[in-house]
Order: sequence, then structure tokens, then C-alpha cells
Amino acid sequence: MAKDDNGAEDVTAADSPGAQLATSAASTAVVTRDALANPGFPPHRPRITDLDHKEERKAERTVYTLFYVSIVGSVFAIAAYMAFPIVAEDPGSVRLNNLFIGLGLSLALLAIGIGAVHWGKALMSDHEGVDERHPVRGTEPVRARAVEIFQQANEESGFGRRTLIRNSLIGALVVFPLPAVVLFRGLGPMDQDPVALLNETMWKKGVRLTMDPSGTPIKAADVTLGSSFHVIPEGLSEMGHGRLEEKAKAAVLLIRMDPDDLIEAEDRKSWSYDGIVAYSKICTHVGCPVALYEQHTHHLLCPCHQSQFDVENHCKVIFGPAKRALPQLPIAVDAEGYLIAQSDFTEPVGPSFWERA
Amino acid sequence: MTTITTRESAEDQGVGVKKTGGFTASAANYIDERTSISGAVKELGRKIFPDHWSFLLGEVALYSFVIILLSGSFLTFFFQASMAEVVYDGSYAPLKGIPMSAAMSSTMDISFDIRGGLLMRQVHHWAALLFVAAIGLHMLRIYFTGAFRKPRELNWVIGFILFILAMAEGFTGYSLPDDLLSGNGLRIIDGLIKGIPVVGTWVSFLLFGGEFPGTDIVGRLYSLHILLLPAIIVALIAMHLLFVVVHKHTQYPAAGHTNQNVVGYPVLPVYAAKAGGFFFIVFGVVMLIASLFTINPIWNYGPYDPSPVSAGTQPDWYIGFADGAMRLIPTGWEFVWLNHTYSLNILVVLTVVGLFIVTVMIYPFIEGWITGDKREHHVLDRPRNAPTRTAIGAAGVTFYASLWAAASSDIMATHFHLTMEGVIHTLQATTLLGPFLAFFIAKRVCLALQKKDREIVLHGYESGRIVRLPGGEFVEVHQPVDEYERWKLVSYSDFKPLMLRPNAQGKIGPAEKVRAGLSRWFFEDRITPVTQVELNQAHGDHPAEITDK
Repeated sequence: MAKDDNGAEDVTAADSPGAQLATSAASTAVVTRDALANPGFPPHRPRITDLDHKEERKAERTVYTLFYVSIVGSVFAIAAYMAFPIVAEDPGSVRLNNLFIGLGLSLALLAIGIGAVHWGKALMSDHEGVDERHPVRGTEPVRARAVEIFQQANEESGFGRRTLIRNSLIGALVVFPLPAVVLFRGLGPMDQDPVALLNETMWKKGVRLTMDPSGTPIKAADVTLGSSFHVIPEGLSEMGHGRLEEKAKAAVLLIRMDPDDLIEAEDRKSWSYDGIVAYSKICTHVGCPVALYEQHTHHLLCPCHQSQFDVENHCKVIFGPAKRALPQLPIAVDAEGYLIAQSDFTEPVGPSFWERA
Repeated sequence: MTTITTRESAEDQGVGVKKTGGFTASAANYIDERTSISGAVKELGRKIFPDHWSFLLGEVALYSFVIILLSGSFLTFFFQASMAEVVYDGSYAPLKGIPMSAAMSSTMDISFDIRGGLLMRQVHHWAALLFVAAIGLHMLRIYFTGAFRKPRELNWVIGFILFILAMAEGFTGYSLPDDLLSGNGLRIIDGLIKGIPVVGTWVSFLLFGGEFPGTDIVGRLYSLHILLLPAIIVALIAMHLLFVVVHKHTQYPAAGHTNQNVVGYPVLPVYAAKAGGFFFIVFGVVMLIASLFTINPIWNYGPYDPSPVSAGTQPDWYIGFADGAMRLIPTGWEFVWLNHTYSLNILVVLTVVGLFIVTVMIYPFIEGWITGDKREHHVLDRPRNAPTRTAIGAAGVTFYASLWAAASSDIMATHFHLTMEGVIHTLQATTLLGPFLAFFIAKRVCLALQKKDREIVLHGYESGRIVRLPGGEFVEVHQPVDEYERWKLVSYSDFKPLMLRPNAQGKIGPAEKVRAGLSRWFFEDRITPVTQVELNQAHGDHPAEITDK
């Protein structure tokens, strides 16, 4: 044992019997030789209820009064259940029902709790007890017996000796859960290709842009300068099956700006109509609807993680964790003056995924 | 060393030994002859539990779980875990005639058509919030007092898994009503999963049973929420408590407390009364909150629709750190390589949060490796007496708090009229630099407090009384600390940095070098406990020092 400057000694796991540790694993704990001694328990201080009989009576009264109060609370809760019914189409009645049943129950519960704790603290014996601790590890004879049992079992079964049996059993046990894993394939439909589905939406050539949620077609002339519309493809609002799945991909935000404010790439000049632009509303970060439009800056803000997109500049990301611009929906106007899509989006909408390139 | 043995041994009069003695005795006898339960009463009936307010945090967690089970069972009788579309026809007029899932509609009915239904919903939700909060505080207590040290490392891991499961329960439960906000939360999960390389798209597809949102997810989460996760939680809680019984509870350093004893009140009657009463208090407080304060008003949000969402959306508090981490990623962290998309804006969050969680989980083993301490520890550390550990904890808390604050970045920006960008940049800085600052401050504070303790032990308290000596000198009277109080200040484990020594082959391995480095980092700045010699010297050195005694 090495001595250090303070006259203390290294302790190599002193109170652990299995202390045959390599130097490298030695404990760095310091056990001081002339440490102060534990003075033992301080003298017990009696409570006021131990000394004063009147206080004791008072505490007793408090406890049983609280328990009676609890009964009152429970009865009150039952009475409130009947006295404050929920009246159809009156949200105020729900509030009263909630409040009074709740208050009754709170009283019932708190009074029991406070009463019991007060009983324990003020009236029950407050002399502390002491339990002795024993090392958590089993005693040596017990451990030796445990080892012996395993050895005996090994000998009697031949688990260690008959390696062919043992290894084939291990193999069987490893393989048998695999069918269960395969069964979980059924969680997803068998006949759909997720990548193909993620690449397409309901939009296609000639589909009218309609209002969300009414499904009314939108005339280009009705889109005033500076206004914005929440848009879904024609036919979506009447869909029964799969409506939300389609909407989660096809939701679009329509904005009319001064054409001079728009900075448009050459190949996308034909995608807008007279300053009207349409962009996917599904955030390219993790897919929240990018629903907040700030009119004077022409910025779109995603309320979930604060990605900001610049509508003037093809909805490129100007701040926040998103990387990709919101996909643009190429639009045009049909013979009746209604806004229509020129095609589907030219790239997958929404969050990134592995197979997306 | 004083040892006091248990004062009385009530087990001698344990239940069911006599057949005479009225109904109670014969009932006890009946049960014991069929269950041998007197053995359990003998073992546990007078088991000692130490008393301290911080030991109640774990109890709060346990009791809120019981409240969750009770209120949750009530809710299952009315809730329909189905995404089949129905037209709402309940009492809440603003949503009348609106198509929504059966899950949302039945949650509306629980809130507006079943007496006490809203109360139970709110009890369930508030208790869930309290459950996770209590586990978190309980973990902080365990960490900062070193209660995770041998032999309790495995129980720390179990408790940690319970923390993760509690968050999973919270999230699955939050998603069940299928309202606008919960659907949006699922949308975010979907986006996160899709960002995982290779398997992401398929995992999302399998989870939602096809394209998001599909019609399966609520039913599947319901199975997890009310069956699988609670079963695992109940089993782990049982193990957690079994370990508490096996290890016996830790205790704070105090006069008479040793590593070989446990001092406190017996289960019967004091602990049963106090702990049992405390359950009712926790239940009562949750009930009171639920009767006075609305939580998760789904009727304001409406049914899930992928298109609308309002500003200021926030997850329940315990998911905040993960949501905040996502907001802190700078723009543009995504690239395409070999025709595949690598979403670093998602992967970095998953990796950093994952590493943080794993580090917390394995911390007891890291510290155990550095100290090499194989002794059992049943007396807790006062946080100041483990300065580096406390400082690491402070750094971790700062990191977590920064991520958590980021989940409210937009609300902070609008409330305090700040720019969104400014708030995010500030929180990015506090996330990266804050932990270092917190580490430094916490460590210095700990060392200063340790020095103060030494000062008090050696020279006593400053009493504030100034006395003039016959020679004209003014001195302040120091009040010596009594021996019981002194023991609290001097009884702590002391460690010194690891001295590198070559092994049998005369070599020093790289692992040992790392360990020595970490050990130096941990224990270089150390304040040793006052020894008897020092105490004697302190009194001997200052013969003129005036004390009251």
C-alpha cells in the first residue's frame, strides 16, 4: 500500500473480499487514518405532543376531524355529480360539473392524506430505528453452493460436454424468433411501393385549384394582389377513402404578388400566372404545414421548427433547419378563367427520405 | 461507533400466531396458514426507511403512475381507438357536423357528454405531466447525491429506462385523441423517421400502415399505450422497488449514520402512515389542478387535418428538448450523395440526443471506472463533496435546458418582441457554450463550499459578536460547531488522481492513460476532509481564540 502526502493510504477495495485486482484497476479512494470519529446519534428531542397532553389531544382532534372532512368531500362529489349535470350544448355546464366534482374529490383525497401524515408525524412514536446492512453479495458458502449447483447441472445434463446438442439448441433458439419478425411485414400494405407513392400527388395537368376545405374552384381574377389561399386539388374534398393521405401531400398555398417582386428562374417563368404562384404547403424539414404567411416580407414561416421560406425567390430557405425550397406547382388558367395545374409537382413534396435524390 | 439496534421487535407478536383473539386474529391465522405471509410481515413490517424530503420525489413518480393507471382505466371504457371517419354529433356545438375520427369524437364525448369525464381526462393528463417531471427530479436527486454508486448502478439503469418509457407513454397518449396538434406531432415523427438512412421510408410505411397518416396509427399506439408499455413499466417498477428493498435505502451523512446501518422510521406504522398519506396528498393535488386548470383543450384545435396549423404549437413539456434540438440546427444541413439523401438536420439531432441519453444511462459505470472504487456506498454524497460530478451534472442540465427552451423559441420571440433568428442564435450559443460555463461555475462553487465547511469545522461559525480584549484588540467570537454537525461536514469519500503505474509487463496501456487523464480531471482540485490532527492543530494554533464554550 502506497502512502501519500497526507498520511493516507490507498485502499484496494479494502472491504470487498474479491480484492485481487490488478494495479491498473486499483481504487483511487483515500482512506484517512486519523479521520474524525462518528459521534453517534445526537440526543433525542421529544415533540411538543410528547410533552404536553393538551397538544396531543389537539393533534388527535385534528386527525379525526380531517378524516371526517374527507367523508364530507366524497359526499359532496357525489352530490355535485347529480346537482351539476351536463346540459347539451352548454359548455358552461361542463365547466361546473368538472369543477365541483373535482373540488369534492380533492377535498376527500387531501384530507385523508394530510390526516394520515399528521397522525404519523405528531402522534406515532418518533423514535428512529436502525437496521444493519449486510453486503449485497451473497455469503461465501451461499456463493460456493450456487457454483456447485451450476456445475452439477452441467454435469448431469452434459451441457458443456455435449457440444453438438448445445450448439444446435443455441442455433434453434436464435432462429425461431425470425418468423415473428417477418410477420411484422404485414404492418404495411403488401401491394404498394412507398417510394413511388411519395413521388406523386393528386395534382396533374388540368386539375383545378380549389379552396381548402370547401372545394370551390378559384378564378385567377378573384385572387387579389397580396392575398393568399389555402388550396387543395379539385375532387379532394369529396374523397372518402384516402382523403387525408392525399391532402398531406397535395396541400398548396396560393399567393398573388406584384410580378415585379418575383425573382423567377428562366425555366420556371411559365409556372406562375400574372404574379400568382403556388407552392407546396408541406415543409421540407419534417412535414408540418407551412401555414404562416407574412405579407409585407413575402416570407412563409413553418410554425413547428421556424423554417422560413422566401416566396419572392422560389421559396428558398432563408432561415431554420429546412434545407430544400418548397416545391412549386406549375399553374395556368383554363378557358373559363379558373386556375389549373400544368402538371404534378416536379419533385417529391414534404420531408426528405433516403430514396429521394 | 455507536450502533443502536431496532428498539422494539414487534415481529414477535406478528400476525396469526394465536388462534384466539377475535375475528382479526382468526382471519390473520386463516391467511397465514395458506400463504405463509407472517414471514413477509416479519421481514418487511419493521423495515427501516430514512426520512428526507428529497426521498419523496421517487414516491411522487410512483403515486402519479398509480393515478395514471386509475384514471386511464376509466378512460378506456369510453375511448374508441379507431380512425374510422364519423360525423361529430355531440354536445359541443362549434364542431357539430364536422367529420372526424372515432378517436377524436369519443374523446369529445368524454369531455362534453360524460359527467366527470373531462375531470378524468385532465387528471390523466396532469398526472402524466407530473409523472415524467417527478422521474426527472428523482433522477437529478440520485445523480447529485451519488446514489447511483455501487451497488445501485443497475437500478439507475432501470430507472433510466423507466424515464424513457414514461416519455414514450406520454407521446403515445398525446397522439391518441387524433386532434390537430397530436396529428401534427405524428407528422413530425413521420418526418424524423423518413430522414433515417436506408430504412426510414419503410419504417414510416410500416408504422403508419401505408402513407401518412393512414387509418392504423391510433389503434397501434393504443395497444402500446395501454398494454405493452404499461406492462413493461409495471414490471420495471417492481424490479426497481425490489432493488430498493435488497439494497436498503441510502441515507444522508449525519451523526450516527454509517455505511453499515440505515436509520429511520419503521414501515409499520410510521412509514405506512406517512407514505400512504402522501399518496392521497399527491392524488389530491393532481385532482385539484385538474378541477381548476384546463389541459389539452382538443375542442379548440379540432380534428387532425394535414393542412391547417396555428402559430405557437408546442409539444408536452417532456418532448420539448427533442423538439428544441430540431429547431437549433442551422439551415442547409442536408446533402445528396450517390443518389441518396442524407438529412443531417435530422440525423444530427437523433445522434446528439441519443448520445446524451446513453451517456446519462451509463454514467455510473464511467465514474466507477475512473475511481476504481469497488466499495458499497450507502451514505449519500452532499453535492459539494463531489465537485466534478456536480459540475458535469450542471453542464448536462444546462444543455438539456437550452434544448428545452428552444422548443419555445417562437413564443419567446413573440412575447419579448425579439427576432426569431436572434432567439435561435442565442440558444445555439447557450447549447454549445453554456455547459462549459455551468461546469466551471458549479465546480468553483462546490470547492468554495467545501472550503467554507473546512473553515467552519476548524474555526467554528462566525457569531457576529465582537469582543474587545484587554489589550485593546477587537476579535469576533467564533462559535464552535458541535460534534454532530461537524460529522456531517467531515464525513465524505475522498479520492486522489490516479497515479499511472506500469503493469506486470512494464507497460502502460492506452486505456489506463485515458483513465489517468479523466481521474486527474475529476480529482485534481480536491479539498480533503478535516482530520483529527488538523482539528487539534487548529485549536492548538489559536490559543487566544475566544469561543463561547
